[in-house]
Amino acid sequence: MRPFFATLRRELRLAQRQSSDILVALLFFVLAVLILPFGVGPAPDLLRAVAPGVIWVMALLAALLSMDRLFLIDHEDGSLEQIVLSPHPLESVVLAKCLAHWLTAGLPVVIVAPLLGLMLNMDTASLIPLVGALALGTPTLTLLGAIGAALVLGARRGGVLVSLLVLPLYIPVLIFGVAATDAAIHDLPVRPHLLIEAAILLAALALAPWACAGALRHAAE
Amino acid sequence: MGLKDRNRPAATMHRYANPARFLRLARAVQPWAAVLTIICLGAGLYLGLFASPADYQQGESVRIMYVHVPAAWMALFVYTSMAAASFAALVWKHPLADLFAKAAAPIGAGFTLIALATGSLWGKPMWGAWWVWDSRLTSVLVLFFLYLGHIALTNAFDEPTRGARAAAILALVGFVNVPIIKFSVDWWNTLHQPSSVLRLDGPTIDPSMLWPLLLMGVAFTGYFLCVVILRMRAEIAARRIRALRYSRAAG
Repeated sequence: MRPFFATLRRELRLAQRQSSDILVALLFFVLAVLILPFGVGPAPDLLRAVAPGVIWVMALLAALLSMDRLFLIDHEDGSLEQIVLSPHPLESVVLAKCLAHWLTAGLPVVIVAPLLGLMLNMDTASLIPLVGALALGTPTLTLLGAIGAALVLGARRGGVLVSLLVLPLYIPVLIFGVAATDAAIHDLPVRPHLLIEAAILLAALALAPWACAGALRHAAE
Repeated sequence: MGLKDRNRPAATMHRYANPARFLRLARAVQPWAAVLTIICLGAGLYLGLFASPADYQQGESVRIMYVHVPAAWMALFVYTSMAAASFAALVWKHPLADLFAKAAAPIGAGFTLIALATGSLWGKPMWGAWWVWDSRLTSVLVLFFLYLGHIALTNAFDEPTRGARAAAILALVGFVNVPIIKFSVDWWNTLHQPSSVLRLDGPTIDPSMLWPLLLMGVAFTGYFLCVVILRMRAEIAARRIRALRYSRAAG
């Protein structure tokens, strides 16, 4: 567990020193959502209907925005090779990096989302499922994105490529996340959607670090 | 390799890690695959388009099935074979497995595109819409993007082996989508009909339609085999040319 916490501390300290990066990703999310009423018009019913979908899609894009930097800096300055060569399991280092990424990129989105929901005329009752689904879904976005980020290390135009690889994998997370909030709006049970979202998270938690570590080993060769 | 382990499947697999040995086999198989494709395609198209009856509900438009269904089968089959090859490439570092995945991806993407396009043409008269966002269509669209991502990732690196390794991991990650596609019509309420050929209780499709469908399936498989061998031979030749150029440049 020691390398896990050491990596987590290192990543959080790095994020704290470059805190403007976190702010930029969050501002992108807020602005992208708030630009919607200018596009579709300020009719409250329309905004309420599309709000969960828009918040989810923008959360997805915001997650992608910060994703390609997850391993890139370590890859460029050579510390990734040291991490791969160290005797500690690479999977736990990957997990720590993902947790740090979620704390700095995913959690702010989850916290800001209900505020944006209110501005888009969502009912206060449907805000709780929105936050719940985002809290369960954004870690999955980080874990799946980490695979993509690890795969494109050393590639030409890696940043764009990550989106091409990862967006198709994000679709199930998006479907069940939006379904949970939509169910709340229409007074249908929310629990099954949240349970599926949790199941996807658990599967990603078990499998993604493995795939990610495999990709990192090939990248560091 | 001793005579004793000739019979083990892994030993057979490693036998064909030698490109020369593989090329001998490929040259022998390719013409047969081509002949099989031509015969089955001719017979399947004739039976499907002329000799089989029109559907009692769908009329003549049911004949789209003879292209749509085999293409969809192949889209799944090619991805599954790519995932299996990627597994072999990552676990045993089998040199031809990488080559197979690289050669098969564009063909699989082509089959997926055919399945999507013919499905759209079929959907318009039957459902009244070119496209509906139901689970089967969406998951096949995801499969198409996975193919495109695989192709892009393979070609994104200056060093071909690095691209092949990365694409192999992507192929294995994306494999979760294959069972989702297969069972999407059972798990969710969809417009797309449930499967009527590969069922536990036997096919529910009439033999007069099943036979041309199966013939077309064999034809598509033969075509895939033929083209994948062609592309693998071309890739092996390209690698040899590259190696020769390097050795000449080195003096």
